[in-house]
Amino acid sequence: MSARIVAPFLTGVLLLALWEGLVRAMAIPPYILPGPLLVAKTLISDWGTLWPALLVTLRITLEALLAAVVVGILLALLFSLSRWIELSLFPYAIILQVTPIVAIAPLIIAWVDDVNVSLLICAWLVAFFPILSNTVLGLRSVDRNLLDLFGLYGSSRWRMLVDLRLPAALPYFLGGLRISGGLALIGAVVAEFVAGSGGRESGLAYRILESGYQLKIPRMFAALVLISATGIAIYLLLSLLSHLLLRRWHESALAENG
Amino acid sequence: MPLVRVRDVSRIFANGVQALGGASLDIEAGEFLSVLGPSGCGKSTLLRLIAGLAEPSAGTIEWPQGRPDLGFVFQEPTLMPWTTALANVALPLKLRGVSGSEREARAAEALAGVGLKGFEKSYPRELSGGMKMRVSIARALVTAPKLLLMDEPFAALDEITRRRLNTDLLELWQRTHFTAVFVTHSVFESVFLSQRIVVMSPRPGRVRSELAIPAPYPRSEAFGTSADYAALCRLTSAQLSEAMAA
Repeated sequence: MSARIVAPFLTGVLLLALWEGLVRAMAIPPYILPGPLLVAKTLISDWGTLWPALLVTLRITLEALLAAVVVGILLALLFSLSRWIELSLFPYAIILQVTPIVAIAPLIIAWVDDVNVSLLICAWLVAFFPILSNTVLGLRSVDRNLLDLFGLYGSSRWRMLVDLRLPAALPYFLGGLRISGGLALIGAVVAEFVAGSGGRESGLAYRILESGYQLKIPRMFAALVLISATGIAIYLLLSLLSHLLLRRWHESALAENG
Repeated sequence: MPLVRVRDVSRIFANGVQALGGASLDIEAGEFLSVLGPSGCGKSTLLRLIAGLAEPSAGTIEWPQGRPDLGFVFQEPTLMPWTTALANVALPLKLRGVSGSEREARAAEALAGVGLKGFEKSYPRELSGGMKMRVSIARALVTAPKLLLMDEPFAALDEITRRRLNTDLLELWQRTHFTAVFVTHSVFESVFLSQRIVVMSPRPGRVRSELAIPAPYPRSEAFGTSADYAALCRLTSAQLSEAMAA
């Protein structure tokens, strides 16, 4: 086991022990701050409520990420085909990106009848920009001499796209995807907060709100732990995907091998 | 009847820099010709114009025997890093619509021709600088072109690798009978390789003089250390100095 794993692990254990110790020593009531053991216990006892909520949030996150990938790549391809389309649309993509999602989420939720669809739109809005901008950059970062070479042998634009531009853009796209994965989750959670929808079909964010109203603070912490764990899992999975696709040829993947 | 007839060709870039100022040149079928000149004299530009990668601003490039199939070797290996040596070499055939099994066989043959048998499945990243250049040459030769244009292909390599590649290139040329146009700024390299050298003036480049290198082939390492070679290098060097001063 390398120091890279041991060091943060020990730090984590130490911090949790300190937290538990302080809560016990100062007799802090659980509705102010529950200790980590109680949070773990709640996570298990409330699993029946939390797990379905996690699935709801996860579904919105993944659907939003998928939509971000599809729209991001399609727009990037469109931009690479025509300078005019890019000049016309790119500023609006930036406006969508810089407007805080909390500010527009109420509008979207008011306009769209289906809550699930409005949550999806919010999460997608947050997630799609890194994929778009990175893929645009990648499609443009093609070796000029390779473009000349393709031209020399009379390549069609289609072959140039499939055999040259897309592979060259792949590392950039994967970098964007890793960022977007986390952002899709954040977008989904924020939108759930704003929507504040209850009932059977509600996600983790609503469970946090609900726990707050009911002063079930340990359950609130348990839901928070689940959201963080989900974010980390998404990041690790996308990093693994990136590593598998690039390990034979790209510097970024080779550096990790040491 | 020459293979290529370059007449008074000029090239002015969009930023107003004139790279070529009326260069004229005949290239004979089957010869090994070097274009020698200082950095920035437009010799790379001349090569790109012959390849059709750019259009001359003035002057003409004629092909009295018809425009042949040609191969181009860039200053850098210019390989696709995401795929194997074999797939890199097979690329020109793929773009020409040659079927999968045939292009693999021909690409493997071309790789073997540059001494890289056994490296078909290697990625560019796993090859040395000299080996990458060999892959690049194999790719240029895989279509069996009549004319091979090379733009300072060995300039970035170390001396020992460069010498070996020079010898191997000559051997390939003798075996395959293509016409070779080799752009370089090295007097020693041009004398070692070519039958004929054209010397270019500084920018805006034009052909100042040309000289024949009458030494017989095959030329080995021994030729590179002979008194004849030294004398020819001195002569060529003097021509280059004259071109620079003019």
